[in-house]
Amino acid sequence: MVHAALVDSLNTVSSSLLRPTSESERLASSSARVASEAELRSLIRGLGGVDAVGVEARSAKLATRSLKKASKVAAIDLAISMVDLTTLEGADTPGRVRSLCTKAMYPDASDPTTPSVAAVCVYPDLVAHARFVLGSSPVAVASVATAFPSGRASLQVKLLDVAEAVAAGADEIDMVIDRGAFLSGRWGQVFDEIVAVKAACGSAHLKVILETGELVTYDNIRAASWIAMLAGADFIKTSTGKVTVNATLPTALVMLEAVRDFSELTAQRVGVKVAGGIRSTKDALKYLVVVNETAGSAWLHPDAFRFGASSLLNDLLMQRRKQRTGAYIRPDELSGD
Amino acid sequence: MDSNLPSTLGSFSYDPAPESAAIARLQSSYGLFINGAFTAPENHAQFATVNPATGHVLATVAQASDADVDRAVAAARHAYETQWSKTTGAERAKYLFRIARLIQERSRELAVVETLDNGKPIRESRDIDVPLAAAHFFYYAGWADKLEHAGFGPAPQPLGVAGQIIPWNFPLLMAAWKLAPALAAGNTCVLKPAETTPLSALILAEILQQAELPAGVVNIITGDGSTGSALVQHPDVNKIAFTGSTDVGRLIQERVASSHKRLTLELGGKGANIVFDDAPIDEVVEGIIDGIFFNQGHVCCAGSRLLVQESVAEEVTRRLLRRVDQLRVGDPMDKNTDVGAINSAAQLARIEELVEWGEREGATRYDANCTLPSEGFWFKPTVFTNVDQSHRIARDEIFGPVLSVLTFRTPEEAVAKANNSVYGLACGVWSEKGSRTLWVAQRLRAGVIWANTYNKFDPASPFGGVRESGFGREGGRHGLEAYLNV
Amino acid sequence: MSDRLEIRKTFKLVINGAFPRSESGRSYEVQSAQGGFWANAAQASRKDLRDAVVAARAAQGKWWSATAYNRGQILYRWAEMAEERRDELAEHVRASEGVSRDAAQATVSAAIDRIVWYAGWTDKITQVLGGANPVAGPFFNFSLPTPSGVVVVFAPQDDSLLGFVECVLAPLAVGNTVVAVTSTTRPTPAMVLAEMTETSDFPAGVVNVLSGFVDELAPHAATHGDVDGLDLSGVDEGADELARLAAGTIKRVYRPRPLEGDPLRRLRSFVETSTVWHTIGQ
Repeated sequence: MVHAALVDSLNTVSSSLLRPTSESERLASSSARVASEAELRSLIRGLGGVDAVGVEARSAKLATRSLKKASKVAAIDLAISMVDLTTLEGADTPGRVRSLCTKAMYPDASDPTTPSVAAVCVYPDLVAHARFVLGSSPVAVASVATAFPSGRASLQVKLLDVAEAVAAGADEIDMVIDRGAFLSGRWGQVFDEIVAVKAACGSAHLKVILETGELVTYDNIRAASWIAMLAGADFIKTSTGKVTVNATLPTALVMLEAVRDFSELTAQRVGVKVAGGIRSTKDALKYLVVVNETAGSAWLHPDAFRFGASSLLNDLLMQRRKQRTGAYIRPDELSGD
Repeated sequence: MDSNLPSTLGSFSYDPAPESAAIARLQSSYGLFINGAFTAPENHAQFATVNPATGHVLATVAQASDADVDRAVAAARHAYETQWSKTTGAERAKYLFRIARLIQERSRELAVVETLDNGKPIRESRDIDVPLAAAHFFYYAGWADKLEHAGFGPAPQPLGVAGQIIPWNFPLLMAAWKLAPALAAGNTCVLKPAETTPLSALILAEILQQAELPAGVVNIITGDGSTGSALVQHPDVNKIAFTGSTDVGRLIQERVASSHKRLTLELGGKGANIVFDDAPIDEVVEGIIDGIFFNQGHVCCAGSRLLVQESVAEEVTRRLLRRVDQLRVGDPMDKNTDVGAINSAAQLARIEELVEWGEREGATRYDANCTLPSEGFWFKPTVFTNVDQSHRIARDEIFGPVLSVLTFRTPEEAVAKANNSVYGLACGVWSEKGSRTLWVAQRLRAGVIWANTYNKFDPASPFGGVRESGFGREGGRHGLEAYLNV
Repeated sequence: MSDRLEIRKTFKLVINGAFPRSESGRSYEVQSAQGGFWANAAQASRKDLRDAVVAARAAQGKWWSATAYNRGQILYRWAEMAEERRDELAEHVRASEGVSRDAAQATVSAAIDRIVWYAGWTDKITQVLGGANPVAGPFFNFSLPTPSGVVVVFAPQDDSLLGFVECVLAPLAVGNTVVAVTSTTRPTPAMVLAEMTETSDFPAGVVNVLSGFVDELAPHAATHGDVDGLDLSGVDEGADELARLAAGTIKRVYRPRPLEGDPLRRLRSFVETSTVWHTIGQ
């Protein structure tokens, strides 16, 4: 359970783990590392468990919230503004990225009141193209890095991946944690990698992908959320979209509880990004309800909540038109990008 | 939220999302359902049933007199002798399956009627009351032709005519809890719904007609306490099943003491919800909320006493109060409402009186930060902290959205405090440590113990109390015992 | 009979593992079925009943938290003790009920066998009356029979030994503690059996046995707030009124029926069903 005493241990852990040491120094003084990993572990264990049934029941109940009329219209626009329009395929080309960026800036060509999305999300080698197309538009360029999606590469390679993306103009970096390290109990290593990546990001924002589908349990998801937040994540993100289980409502609930509790202790607002499998407006609105009733309205902002998605955008746009005109449109009235 | 945080797009309000009252298709007045038909009461007396959320009259229903009770019992007796006792278990099962299915088919209408008449949120009547009512009929349908395998001897027999008196907190669900096992076991029934919530039972009567249940097998008579009293004292009733207050239960037990009537009682409670320091805190908070604010706290098994380990009391209370402020209190027909209306003016007065006691005795009162509608009967979700066992609000059943928070130091003390009540209906235990949960569960004097959850119901799970919370079980194989001559 | 002047025994009460006389200082003369003095019995008072209930309440937690196996062992031990003193029991049955020696021996045999039968139930009743419930949700849900608590038994007036055994053993086997009032006019077979509890490893207070008058004791038992169950097998007239009084604290009341549909009814009469739900999740 999070209680006042935790604030103290939080400070201790932060100061010992966040010492400005280089990776090699850190590895050299392995005893210090063990001590701080133990502290990290004890802090996170102190948060207590998550009851899976309770979490799922709570999210299912929130999913029954009904948004009507003006609140629905506002929520759809909010959701559009939170989309990280994503393409992460081996077949991605500059042309594909260009059309995605255009879509991101002008989601509904026929209605200029439509908000633009938050960001486009691409692989590092396509960041420069995206940056070029988006120019000075408010749409950010996000890039997955750190040997996405598996993260199975040396730290050196991961850091280089990040550095290249940042150099090419990425505003946001979506990194993956080392799930192997996490599941084998090397939480300190997970932490250190995030710290190192954060340093490599410079001024770019860091989103830390937990890959919740591979962590499996809510206890793990809560622990990984805290490791990421303590290590300096600007966002914690559910998934790569590349494994069987992606974002789920209860997963998001657990992560939103984590950012809420973290902000109570530190006054820092860490964002949450849900990714993978969110395709319908109905689903997106359920997430917004969970955000609203868990972390609160301070998270109802693109700086604090994102949807990593592609096909979701067109469904949001169709619903937006429906809300405005009262009639359903044909899908072909919207661009297919 | 922390005020240091940047302001944002901010307001994310839910516009009203009301369910349509027209779905209820209510008639302006209802008669007594006796011998398969709606009939006028003897002296044509009617009384109004109101929507507690507005105070407006929904319909008038018949006030059954002693003579009407007599007619209903006679119809039930006749149906028992001539028909139902000769209907095979397999055939009875099929009727019950039909009824279950029809409840599902008319679920939206039933949910709306329930919410209009009772004041409970439509989300609960839609997602809990009505589906569970259907599930009860499905469950007991399957028992009707398997009674000889139920563990009550090789050829258990029905009792005859069952008189069933149900409360206003779960009107349809309680009707299902009573009728389904009684019919499965081969009894015929006279059911009396609560005075303030008769409507869903009358819709159920229509469903029984649709199901072509033989006339007289179930009779539904509306009325006040005098109707119930006449039913209890009727010499040709073989069984009384009552759900309601302990005070009335006591009277009923006294009245049937000199008869051969069988009796089961499901009475009041003062459930303890025990939270240990290792419990999953976010789920604990939800569990406390579900425990006391579900159905406005009009729940006999409500977790109305929160027993929280001292080491985490502050933390749990802080989070709880934050959560209480998030409850959406208001129009029960709104799909986003969490807490609806208090069922009646009388109940509201009782809640107000006990809450005043709490303040007078020095407990610290916290009211949810919400605004209440101007019409109808309403009470803000309320949490009392600094409550001690001697306080009246820690001992009396309030039957409203009022939680008393007490603390404990050790598992032993938690059990002692939980058991320090004349009631024994339900308790909750919250811990991640299995051995301790079982240790506590073993020692709690309660008919139902929820571990890391609260207020869960299922037709397969026996429900009922110990001590002054009553005797007999509803649900599961155990629930058959109440309607068999064993 | 020899010329020797016999020593007449006064049967005392069994309360909390001790053998007190009635606190009231009263006793009454028990006649044999043929007439004539048979024994002196303590005449239990309201206060003796109260003390017995206090003892039974104090012992209940211990009795129930003992393993079912252990409870079975103790009940079986009681049968062993009875077997050893069966002639003495038979003599009391013969004198009390006015039956032949053979019939008395048969009654004793039946009573002892019945104790053994109940001894075997202690670790089976949970499986027979309890079990897992298949609820529609992610919960492990099981129901267990648990004792009602303290049961006051008014044993049958005529069937002085076997009736007593039925009434007392059923609630004991399922974990209740018992305050039993013997047949008023035929107390001694039950009292002899009760004496054997001393050597059967019963924790003090599990079995308390009083001799006395139903009219004097029963209303206090029926209204006593700390009594959970009441067996009125030995009450004829006034049972309705006692059942009415018992309603004041929602007691479980057992009254015999002409036709019993289920041989386990006695075992079911003073058990509660406790149902536990636990979440299932990773």
